Amino acid sequence: MDSTTLAAVGGNVATIGYGLGTLGPGIGLGILIGKALEGIARQPEVAGQLRTTMFIGVAFVEVLALLGLVTGFLFTS
Amino acid sequence: MGAFRCEDGLGFPRRPGPSRCRGAAEDRHAHEPRGATLSTVATILPLAASGEGNGFHAPSIAEFFPDAIWFAGTPFEINRIVMVRLLTAAVLVVVMVVAARRAKVVPSRGQNIIELGLDFVRVNIAEEILGHNAKRFVAMLTTIFFSILVFNLTGVVPLLNISSTALIGMPIVLAGWVYLMYLWSGVSKFGVGGYLKNSLFPPGLPWFLYILVTPIEALQVFLFRPATLALRLTANMISGHLILVLCFSATQFFLFEAGGALKAASVLSLGAGVAFTLFEVLVAALQAYIFTLLSAAYLNMAVEEEH
Repeated sequence: MDSTTLAAVGGNVATIGYGLGTLGPGIGLGILIGKALEGIARQPEVAGQLRTTMFIGVAFVEVLALLGLVTGFLFTS
Repeated sequence: MGAFRCEDGLGFPRRPGPSRCRGAAEDRHAHEPRGATLSTVATILPLAASGEGNGFHAPSIAEFFPDAIWFAGTPFEINRIVMVRLLTAAVLVVVMVVAARRAKVVPSRGQNIIELGLDFVRVNIAEEILGHNAKRFVAMLTTIFFSILVFNLTGVVPLLNISSTALIGMPIVLAGWVYLMYLWSGVSKFGVGGYLKNSLFPPGLPWFLYILVTPIEALQVFLFRPATLALRLTANMISGHLILVLCFSATQFFLFEAGGALKAASVLSLGAGVAFTLFEVLVAALQAYIFTLLSAAYLNMAVEEEH
C-alpha cells in the first residue's frame, strides 16, 4: 500500500506557540480596557485615576504575551 | 552568532550571502537550529523566489548580537549596539545639561518641550501614584523615564536602527535600580521585620491562607517584579525591531529579487514598514511610561502606610 504525500508541513511547532500565547492576553486586554472605559464613561471625574490603574493592569497582562515571545527564542531545539 | 556580517547601508544586519544561498524548497526541509524560530515567515514568502538572488532572509535573534567593532575578545568589547548606547547617553546628557543651564523664567520652545516631559513625570506619574511621598522619588523616576524614552527611540532613528534597550543589560540595570530602591526605602521606613510583614502578609486574610499567599508574595516582591520590569521592556523592543526588519527586508526582497507582479507587493510591505515605524514611536513612549508607572507603584507599595 503506497501512500502519496500530497502536502507536507515543515518547520518547528514552537513557532505557533506565540500565536497561542497572544490569545489570553488579547482577551484580557480587551476586557481590561473595556471595563476601564466603562468606568470612565460612568464617572468621568475619576478618569485620571482609572487610566493610571488601567495602565498598571495593562502592564501585568501584557507581560504574559511577551513571555510567550521570549520563550519562543529560548526554547528552540 | 559570530557568523553574521555587520550590516548594509541602512544599518540592518544582513546574513552573509553564499552560506545561506538556499532556495525556498530546501529551506523548508533543512532547518538550522538558530534560524528555526522565525523561519515560518521565510517559508511563506519565498514561494515566489525564482532561484536568483539570495532568497529571503528572515530576521532572527542574531540581529541583536552584531560583531564587535573595537576591543574584540575583551570584556570591554564594543559592538554597534553599545556604540548606539554610548552615543544616546551622551546626547541625552548634553541636551539636558544645556536645557538646565539655559533655563529661564520665560521658557524658549526647547525648554518648553523638556519641561512638558518633566512635568508629565512629576504630576502624572509620581504625584498621581505616590501622593505625598512623591518628592523623594521624582528625580529617580524622571531619570528612568527619560533614559528609557531616549534609548527606546533609537530603534526608529535612521542609521542607528536598533533600540539599545533591546538587549537585556540596560533594562536589568534600570530594573535593578528600582528593585534596590524599593527594598531599601521599605526597609528604612519600617525596618526589616516591618517591611517583610507589610509586603508578605497582606492584612485581612484567615491564617491558613498565608501558607498559600506568603510564598507567592515573596516571589512577587523578590523575583517577579524586577524580572518582569526588565523583561517587558526588552521583549517589546525586540519584537518591535524584528517587525521593522521583517517589513524592510521583505521590501528589499520583493523589489529586487522577486519577479514580475510580486514587485508590486513591495509597496505594501514598505507601507507596513512606515506604519510600524510610527507604531514603534508610540510603543517607545508607552513603554517608558509603563516602566516608570510600575516603578512608582512598586515604590508606593513599599513606603505607603498601613491602611
